[in-house]
Amino acid sequence: MADVDDGAAAPVSEPLDLVRLCLDEVVFVKLRGDRELKGRLHAYDSHCNLVLGDVEETVYVVEEDEDEDGDETVKTIHKKSEMLFVRGQ
Amino acid sequence: MIAASPPHPTTSSSTTTKPLQHPSQSFQDAVLQVSASLTPSSALVGLLLILQSLNSFFKTLVDHEVTVELKNDIQIKGTLKSVDQYLNIKLDDIQVVEELKYPHLSSVKNVFIRGSVVRYVHLPGGAVDTALLEDATRREAAQQAQKTK
Repeated sequence: MADVDDGAAAPVSEPLDLVRLCLDEVVFVKLRGDRELKGRLHAYDSHCNLVLGDVEETVYVVEEDEDEDGDETVKTIHKKSEMLFVRGQ
Repeated sequence: MIAASPPHPTTSSSTTTKPLQHPSQSFQDAVLQVSASLTPSSALVGLLLILQSLNSFFKTLVDHEVTVELKNDIQIKGTLKSVDQYLNIKLDDIQVVEELKYPHLSSVKNVFIRGSVVRYVHLPGGAVDTALLEDATRREAAQQAQKTK
């Protein structure tokens, strides 16, 4: 494992290299479907499949008020997970 | 050392007493074919399984309780039995979270989940060696960089 490091042997030449530098750091991920994740990045691959630890998920849901037409409120839902695999695409 | 490329899930599960079937094999007789447009993904969860099995310090994630959240918001909790290259997942002894909202699976015990419909897999935190996972990811990144050169 000593042969793997972020030094000169692994230069930053493509976008995913920046993600590599974020390993073991707390990252903020925006997903499709109005979802956001904040958690420690433990793994990723070329599909942007991710493994995050101590994750907090925020989902934004738009709700239409029933009494008045056209009025909308955004509700946020918070969820927590100790270890989460996120499927990339 | 860690294997460079994740072996087939079947080989990784051969360490358990009973050899597990490849998840897709249950469908071999059916006409269901994996769409050719799908590129084989390096299975992160599979990688995880393999890493853990090699480092016999931890048990593999197979036989652990996981919760799979699908893109249609259904959450299925069950014992992880197998994962393949497409991240297709086999679960045993399943239970649907919010069963009253999704009653149509209430009599189902075992499921095969097509990888493409998965949004999240909630894993047991204690079962994952995060340092090992990060090293494996750096290794994989280095390999990808070699390929593109």
